[in-house]
Amino acid sequence: MNSSFIPSAAIAIQNTILQHESALESLDRAIGDGDHYINMKRGAQVIVEMLPELTPLTADAALNKIGMKLLSTIGGASGPLLASFFMGMAKVLKEKGDDSLSTHASAFVTGVDTIRQRGKADLGEKTMLDVLIPVANQFTAMAAQNASAKEISIALKLTAEQGMLSTKDLIATKGRAAGLGERAIGHIDPGAKSCQLMIEAVCNLIK
Amino acid sequence: MKKFINKTDNILTESLNGFALAHSDLVSLNLDPNYLTRQQKATHKVAIISGGGSGHEPLHAGYIGYGMLDAACPGHVFTSPTPDQMLAAAEAVHAGKGILFIVKNYAGDVMNFEMAAEMLPFESATVLTSDDCAVINSTYTTGRRGVAGTVIVEKCVGSLAETGADLQTCKALGDKVNSRTASMGVALTSCTVPAAGRPTFDIDDTELEMGVGIHGEPGRRRETMREADAIVTDVVNAILDALKPASGSEALLLVNGFGATPLMELYLIYNTAARLFNDHGIKISRSLVGNYTTALDMAGASVTLCLLDDEIKQHWDSPVHTAALRWGA
Repeated sequence: MNSSFIPSAAIAIQNTILQHESALESLDRAIGDGDHYINMKRGAQVIVEMLPELTPLTADAALNKIGMKLLSTIGGASGPLLASFFMGMAKVLKEKGDDSLSTHASAFVTGVDTIRQRGKADLGEKTMLDVLIPVANQFTAMAAQNASAKEISIALKLTAEQGMLSTKDLIATKGRAAGLGERAIGHIDPGAKSCQLMIEAVCNLIK
Repeated sequence: MKKFINKTDNILTESLNGFALAHSDLVSLNLDPNYLTRQQKATHKVAIISGGGSGHEPLHAGYIGYGMLDAACPGHVFTSPTPDQMLAAAEAVHAGKGILFIVKNYAGDVMNFEMAAEMLPFESATVLTSDDCAVINSTYTTGRRGVAGTVIVEKCVGSLAETGADLQTCKALGDKVNSRTASMGVALTSCTVPAAGRPTFDIDDTELEMGVGIHGEPGRRRETMREADAIVTDVVNAILDALKPASGSEALLLVNGFGATPLMELYLIYNTAARLFNDHGIKISRSLVGNYTTALDMAGASVTLCLLDDEIKQHWDSPVHTAALRWGA
């Protein structure tokens, strides 16, 4: 991860969130409480605003700072969950101290595990984890097989999309849609959708 | 939407400023991060901190003061506060005996308070309130929601903390009060979140939402409007099912308004609820009627029953001096 990657990723994430306003809003109105887009937009905005502060930092320090900022900005459930992801990633990058693909895969896995622990949720509960867990698994497997960054990014985009689509037929047992029971079937989870969009945006940066 | 607003983004700050000005003898306000503390910092006691989304006033800032909370952290409307607020509040009120967080059981609140507790440089414990017996899981929670019964938990734990009791003893009383308390609410209209600008849910003039949550989230069922006694009977029965009190139990009965139901109707509800509980052999020996845990401008009310024992009774009766509850002091 070179020093310009985090700023480019933050801008790409902000762009994709802004471009998908109506999609995210309508998904959230259907089975959430209508504030997911506003929260994601606010989160992306504060990170882009703090980019000058992040540029001189190492990747782990920058990700940790992103986590802390999201934690004090977003509120609700998404704040702690997204913050956990970045802080979990930062911890692994700091420990391993190298820039290999397997280190990045391991950091991503830890980030996802931190979300899983914080949200006490797992695969198949109609949440962002239905995107993140399959992506983490595939990232690990492909890094172990020495696939190239380009090959991995192409594969992860597809996996993220499949994971996002899989939430459509699930009953929610965690997250905002829990309690709606079968009424949530037929709707894609908004958190899964925004995660898929962010993964796609970041993967598109890998040339 | 017709509300007293200057600028939607400024509602919370202007309201907090007004609260702090009106009660300057009791509280001080810090902005960015937002938290309120007692005007006079207490010493040699467990510091009690609560917080949650705004829009439920007087919860929680209205309960800061002698015999109740040391600090409160208000989030945006119906959105959990963030850990930096809890950390700053804890730093301000910690008095050497640890921090007790009182948190309503909503996913966002639970996670934000949990992260604050992990980062806190002091010993801490958390009481999760979950008195709403309408639904097991809701739009916002895993498990039962924390609603108006939270006020009773805050009052009793606050009283015990003033005696110098340690952190675990305070937590144990909070958990006990919560386990002996059940609530259920009914909505006649929706609330309107200012930033959204339109009602949270659609409800016809001829309908009510039985078991509604304090954010307008769905309850048990949508029903046709009926006379008050019939509605209150269903609420009382749900509470009896949840608590299964022995005949002869002594209890506190709280009738709480959601923001747009007049006191006249709240007392009418109290009249019916007290009679029905009496018919089931429950002796109502303590009461509270008014707007204590609101849902912005929702019309509706909740009924809360707390089964008393000597310890709870002692701490309910003890002196309290806050903006929203005051007796004996």
